[in-house]
Amino acid sequence: MKEYIYYPGCSVKTNAKHYEESVLPVFKILGMELQELPDWNCCGATASMSVDEEKAAAINGRLLSIAEKAQKDIIAPCAACYLSLKKANQFLKENSEDSEKILKEMKKLDLEYKGTVQVKHPVEVLLKEIGVDVIKEKVQQKLNGIKIASYYGCQVVRPFEDFDDMDYPESMDMLVQSLGVETVDFTAKTKCCGGALTANLEELGARLNYIILKEAQKKGADAIVTLCPLCLFNLEVTQDNISKIYDEDFKMPILFFSQLMGLAFGLPKEELGFSRSLIPTKQIWNKIEIGGTNV
Amino acid sequence: METQEKVYYEEELNPEFLDTIKELSHSNEIDRCIQCGTCSSSCPDAAYMDFTPRKIIALTKGGFEETVLKSFTPWLCASCYNCQVRCPSQIKITDVMYAIKRKAIQENVYPSRFPIPVMYKEMHKILTKNGRSSELWLMLNLYLKTLNPIGLIKMAPLGLKLMKTGRMSLKKESIKNKKQLKKLLKAVKENT
Repeated sequence: MKEYIYYPGCSVKTNAKHYEESVLPVFKILGMELQELPDWNCCGATASMSVDEEKAAAINGRLLSIAEKAQKDIIAPCAACYLSLKKANQFLKENSEDSEKILKEMKKLDLEYKGTVQVKHPVEVLLKEIGVDVIKEKVQQKLNGIKIASYYGCQVVRPFEDFDDMDYPESMDMLVQSLGVETVDFTAKTKCCGGALTANLEELGARLNYIILKEAQKKGADAIVTLCPLCLFNLEVTQDNISKIYDEDFKMPILFFSQLMGLAFGLPKEELGFSRSLIPTKQIWNKIEIGGTNV
Repeated sequence: METQEKVYYEEELNPEFLDTIKELSHSNEIDRCIQCGTCSSSCPDAAYMDFTPRKIIALTKGGFEETVLKSFTPWLCASCYNCQVRCPSQIKITDVMYAIKRKAIQENVYPSRFPIPVMYKEMHKILTKNGRSSELWLMLNLYLKTLNPIGLIKMAPLGLKLMKTGRMSLKKESIKNKKQLKKLLKAVKENT
């Protein structure tokens, strides 16, 4: 198995710090110490792709080249980074006239890329390579008592169907179930949160996120877990607007799956970034403390 | 009954527009569109669009270049890829939307006061300059460019909450080897 290099991306260093604060220690406990990709740049996400396709490919090509030099595959926790890298990887390996030219320019700047790097999401590696049995062995505190809706969003499951179903994926459900968490049958798990539009188009953002939050609430979820920084941000931030527009106060905590993993692995909750939540998480603690059992 | 005001005569249409979009989107399958509407019914944002995705494909095929490039529709595409994976004719509809966005920017006909294209352009500019994006500075630039001080004021409480939880920084983020990235992007622009 090739080793992984960790590409954080911009969100994980700012508004989604608690993703990094939980995902890195979790991988460390499972025997994978992830090193950061040196001098990484932003992936450009949906922005660069909307402005200039060749530049978007080159921006991501730089990252792929640095990873190839280190003889490692990339692990990218952010859904937008994951997809941008995968799209660029496909584009650069197509042998089209444009991709050949980009690769030639990259080579001149000490950024040769032969196309050997694979891009993976942490959920994929945890489930498919490390496996539920190994994860279960590391659980010190089962998280019984809470019901979770696992929300995948779009870009990890579409358009590339590499590791899970594009309409009803279950990999993250399986991960948190291995911690003793009960997951609800959450049919909104791949509905769109609005991505980069939500911050700028209030009404649209409120509507899309209302649908997701309402479905989770109707299914009896105490919280939503997700694997994408922007999904988490949108689902948290729109709750204020939703209470104004729809007159409903969800107060639904939104967490990263890795925060629950860290908690079950016995890491102190203060170190897992729960205090960074914009929605109070008290209701979860009450339930875990009442219903939680030691293994 | 409301009707669309502008009537296009054949000479105002661009018969080459379809080929342009096919090339830019790497999706030759547009020809195969059967106008079934699966894309529009899969789209979470179709209700907000001036033309649904199905109509955009039909207009593109018909050569309605101006209508397509000036439309808000591609900017309301959140890249969820629902339409693309469900299209029975395998048209890469999300990639078609990207192609239209890039062409509209290239031709400078995108809706210039609409926040989405302005945000994308700003973010792309910041990252080509510094190698990384900085959310706070991106938002400030965006509200300045769209002349929207009220939006900025409305964002202030959220900004404070993010500061308090350590989730927003005032720092302008940057990579070390800005020179390499700059040279690369310049060369790519000149040679592709």
